[in-house]
Parts: sequence; structure tokens; C-alpha cells
Amino acid sequence: MTIGLSHYLTVAAILFTLGIFGIFLNRKNVIVILMSIELMLLAVNLNLVAFSAFHGDLVGQVFAIIVLTVAAAEAAIGLAIVVTYFRNRGTIDVAEIDLLKG
Amino acid sequence: MLLSALFFYLFAGMCVASAFMVIAVKNPVHAVLFLILAFFNAAGLFVLLGAEFLAMILVVVYVGAVMVLFLFVVMMLDVDFAVLRAGFLKYLPIGATIGIVLLIELILVLVAWVTAPGISAQAPAPPSSEMSNTVALGQILYTKYVYLFEAAGLILLVAMIGAIVLTLHHKRDVKRQSVTRQVARNRESGVEVVEVETGRGLK
Repeated sequence: MTIGLSHYLTVAAILFTLGIFGIFLNRKNVIVILMSIELMLLAVNLNLVAFSAFHGDLVGQVFAIIVLTVAAAEAAIGLAIVVTYFRNRGTIDVAEIDLLKG
Repeated sequence: MLLSALFFYLFAGMCVASAFMVIAVKNPVHAVLFLILAFFNAAGLFVLLGAEFLAMILVVVYVGAVMVLFLFVVMMLDVDFAVLRAGFLKYLPIGATIGIVLLIELILVLVAWVTAPGISAQAPAPPSSEMSNTVALGQILYTKYVYLFEAAGLILLVAMIGAIVLTLHHKRDVKRQSVTRQVARNRESGVEVVEVETGRGLK
């Protein structure tokens, strides 16, 4: 009953799928979309750390630190945009963010 | 070996279950709390893998800072979250289809890769006994990858300035302290001596 690399990769795959699933389910609520992105980044980190541990190479963990940094920056900027948008329009419904008509 | 397998299944099961609750619960505050639980369990998985420093960073920086930021924003926005959830069941079929297809693809990749001979059957490389994970990580992070490290710092600086610039706004009708005007004030401009005659008062 030894835990191999594939066990960790399976957990990461399930987490990543749940993140994508969450974006589709809650596609009106920006905050839950941001949380789903955090889940996906967590899955990526789990992959990186698992490969790093099983290969005995620390570079994967260095890259995981960089991913954590970028995820923190993204969360901060995203939440700032959400707050500013809510202040101006009074809603955070994604479907109503269509001023640019993209 | 049995104990570590037991802990792996505990952490992995809790992590996946709380990740599911993040996308399924109605109340976003509960979703953030479940996300925190997922991060704690992922930190447990990191410890099992021998990455103690990353586990600590995940708990201290991620749960302590980023998730609390999420919690603040969710609690401060006066949004009716029930309205935002209106199309939940409408998007369920397409979301489930795409999710299941993606999961099958990922697992097929995994299965095909596991059957190939390779490193998958080995246990994780034991951490070297002469130095801890943090020391080893610091020794390559501050030497070989120092530019990457500084670039990460720059990214955080840009994010901080961006968040401040985005959310800071001055209202026109609010009186604010102006330090330069206060310092530039002197006796002549600040005090006026008036001679008041008795019984007349000031106009």
C-alpha cells in the first residue's frame, strides 16, 4: 500500500477538474470564479511539488513558490477590480459586465 | 508506511471534498472557509511529500493573507448572492460534460503514463539528512534563481501598487489634512488682531 506519484497526480487532476467545473457552475459570481482559479492553481502546485519530491529535484518547489506569488498577486488585483466595479455599478454579475461590448 | 498512506488518503479525501463544497455551497462565506480547509489539507499533502517550507508558506501566506482578503471582500460587498446563483442548474449539464471529459482525459494520460516503466513506482526521494528542506530551498533560491526571486518580488510590488491605485478614491466634499498648508502657515496669516469697540460688536 505504497503511495506513488500517480496518487498525488490523481488528486491534483480531480482538484483541477473541480476548479473548471466551478467556473462553469457559478459563472455569474466573480468571487466564486476567483476561488475556482485558486483551486486550479493549488492543483498545479500539487503537481509541481509531487514531481519535485519524486524526482529529488528542488527546482519544482522553487517554481511552486513563483506560482504562489503570481496567484497572490492575481487575487489581490482581481479583488481590487471587483471592489471598484461594485462601487461603480452596484453588482458583480459577470453577465452585466458588458460595457465594452466585447 | 501504512500510517503515511492513511494520512495521504485522509488529506486527499478532505481536500477533494472541501474543494467540491467550495463550488457547491450557497453562501460565499462558507465557500471561502471551505477553501481554507482545502488549503490546510493541501499543506498536509505537501508535508507528506517532504516540502515543509511550501506547506508553511501555504498556511501562513495563503491562508493568512490571501484567503482573509477574500473573506473581507465577500463580507464587505453588499451583494444578494442568491440572485447570482440563479442559473446554477441551467449550466450544470454543460459544466458536468466538460468537467467529466477533462477528468477522463487527465486520468487517461495518467494511466498511460503509469503503465510505462519509470519512476512512478518508487517512493519519494528521501530528504537529505544533512540539511532541512528550507535550507536546501534557500541555498538554490538565493543563488541560482536569485533573479527569478527578485522578479517575484517585483510582481508583488506591482500588484500592491495596482490594488492601492484601483481602490483608493477621494471624495470631493470630504475635508482632508493638507500638511503643506499647515506647515506654510505662520503668525501673520493665522492670527488677526481686531480692535472691538464697546457695544458695537464685529460686523
